[in-house]
Amino acid sequence: MELGPYILLASLEGSVTAAVLALTAVGLSLVFGVMRVVNIAHGEFFMLGAVIAWYVAHAMGGHPAIGFVAALVLAPLLVGAIAVAADMTILKRIDYDPERTIVATIGLLYIIQQLTLMTYGPEARPVEAPFNQRIALPWFEWGEKGFEFYFPWGLSTTTYKLAVIGAAAVVLCGVWAMMTRTRIGLLMRATQADRDMALAFGIPVERVYALVFGIGAGLAALAAVLIVPIQQAHYLMGADPLLLSFIVVIIGGLGSLPGTVLAAVFIGLSDGIISVFFSPTLAKILATLLVGLVLVFRPQGLFGTRTA
Amino acid sequence: MTKLIKDTTRRGALKTMAGAAAGAATMPLWARFAQAQSSEPIKIGFQQHSTGIGAAYGRWYGRTTEAAVKLINENGGINGRMVEIVAEDDGTDPKRGAEVVEKFATQHNCDVGFGTLFSHVVIGSAPRAGELKLPYFVVSEGHHVASGMLNRYTLQPGITDVKSQVQAMAPYVAENLGKKVTMVFPDFAFGHDHRDFFTAAIEAQGGEVLEHIAIPPAETSFTKYFPKIPRDTEVLYHVMVGPAVLTFVKELGEFFGPSRPEMFGFIDSLEAVAIDSPGLEFLEGTYFWEGMPRHAQGDQSEHDKFYRAAVGVNERGASVSDPTDISTYAHMFGCWETLYVIKAGMEAAGYQGPGDRAALIEAVEAMSDMPESRAHPQGAKVFNGKTHQVFGHQYISRVEGGKLVKVHTTSIEDTFYPDEVDYTTQPL
Repeated sequence: MELGPYILLASLEGSVTAAVLALTAVGLSLVFGVMRVVNIAHGEFFMLGAVIAWYVAHAMGGHPAIGFVAALVLAPLLVGAIAVAADMTILKRIDYDPERTIVATIGLLYIIQQLTLMTYGPEARPVEAPFNQRIALPWFEWGEKGFEFYFPWGLSTTTYKLAVIGAAAVVLCGVWAMMTRTRIGLLMRATQADRDMALAFGIPVERVYALVFGIGAGLAALAAVLIVPIQQAHYLMGADPLLLSFIVVIIGGLGSLPGTVLAAVFIGLSDGIISVFFSPTLAKILATLLVGLVLVFRPQGLFGTRTA
Repeated sequence: MTKLIKDTTRRGALKTMAGAAAGAATMPLWARFAQAQSSEPIKIGFQQHSTGIGAAYGRWYGRTTEAAVKLINENGGINGRMVEIVAEDDGTDPKRGAEVVEKFATQHNCDVGFGTLFSHVVIGSAPRAGELKLPYFVVSEGHHVASGMLNRYTLQPGITDVKSQVQAMAPYVAENLGKKVTMVFPDFAFGHDHRDFFTAAIEAQGGEVLEHIAIPPAETSFTKYFPKIPRDTEVLYHVMVGPAVLTFVKELGEFFGPSRPEMFGFIDSLEAVAIDSPGLEFLEGTYFWEGMPRHAQGDQSEHDKFYRAAVGVNERGASVSDPTDISTYAHMFGCWETLYVIKAGMEAAGYQGPGDRAALIEAVEAMSDMPESRAHPQGAKVFNGKTHQVFGHQYISRVEGGKLVKVHTTSIEDTFYPDEVDYTTQPL
């Protein structure tokens, strides 16, 4: 394949990765930013979203779009509810202590993963996309007849992949609007800035915490529902998104939403392009190296603010 | 201090009493065992990929094993003794695999170990089986048995290896599909066998491999690898394993759109996946290697019919109780046939217990022709006792109207290659 179409294809593939990654990582970043909880079980909430999407789509029957839309609504809500319950029964009891929450969420990771294995089983199961047409993309070149278009082999995407990118952008705008334009966003930002002061002003901090944990998990589940027609629901699928989300959140700056989104786009695109031109292993090596460099030279992340 | 001594004394007394009781209890047990040794079941440790990337295979290897053991027991077992399967999940993980083998030998007191598929698990487990002198019957397809990499206690008598499979495929591919091939394969031992042996085999046919594209086995997104497929590729050779195989084949179709090259795949890329799944329409007219034809063919043998019914698989290769549950039909016959080889070997060796393990190995090594029968429903086979590897017919199918139709059957001789090891020279 020629260089131009090659880069275009790699960018398209990278954008899909980036879209899903941004949603997942924003959830992780929100939880850390507001609650100061490093949620190791975040990848399992992602996996739960995909698995619930399969159950919902399977139970609905009829046109694939019906099941998919139902999953798009139900999966994040259910996963959010599970996360809220986990927050109230586990995290609250250990006073959100940073070390103990890490251990607790590691435990949560294994519980969710093994329960899924015991009920849903070890198979990878597909959810059908609501629509999926292949779009062949044209490329141009200066030929003998001057400027002309042609369709290179393999330069294509699908309507569904474009829809995933669009949907992720819409949801991210929604999260941003919620954080900056609504009352609940204000409460979250107040809690993030100073927990004790927020409490003194009568903000129900514990309820805000439960809500934030639920929203964070719900975002991961939403990302999973969007990706599950492209990949498949499998009980081990949470590991990769967790690792990549941490990479993104560390580079972008823990707790910074714009930083997280920018880092997700950067990591997603570079992963797509480096994997295509060199090797997928090199893409992972470079991403991890970048994390190391950020931690050494700018520990608060590229967009984070240094906390006292 | 006084208390401590008192405590110890009491404990000591209890210990002595318990020891005496245990000794007394052992006496009748000994007697019973000596008297009725032949009624103890033969225990076969089944190393099953119940979880991890091999789970779909594990499920069907389990069902095939159950069906074969049920039949063997109904017909009087082995040497008059019932067969008992002790299944342990290895998580499709080499480290866990070695532990499972150790459990078979030391905890469960199994007579033999059996049933491992994924090549990295076999390579991780076989050395431990050799050290423990536990006969280890793998159903793996990997070339590692016949290459001499493993040991005298590891045998593969129920399924052919990748080297013989691809070598028998290459002439058909070169004559009917094209000579410029691009290969896509998983990046571990099994995929490397494909890479090395098919490349050599197609070159022997005057063809060439333009590009080798290795994909990590845990990958979930594949489109980014496909631009490496050169434009002048005539045949795309694909083989993939793991939970993401459906995504792999779908994305392959989306990449090529209406203008695909000829395609030759190993059915591994679609094991446990329905060939008529949405998004796979482009496979119409492509070719697949099959170890055993998934869809019942016009010339179906009575043995295939019998085997299908016993395992509970319909004419489309799906479970009779759930038509969406597609089997791993091209591989799982290996479990059935291996169990019958174990039975034949134990009968030939007059196997009584773990003391006869060496005799069992020698009895299996002495086997050669295995005619097509209910015990060998996939077809006739020839076992090579020196390399511990069996050889047999291979099938090529073409997708026609959503059905895998057998278009070519290789001879057993097509799959032969010179011996690379003589395990019989190693000590038992």
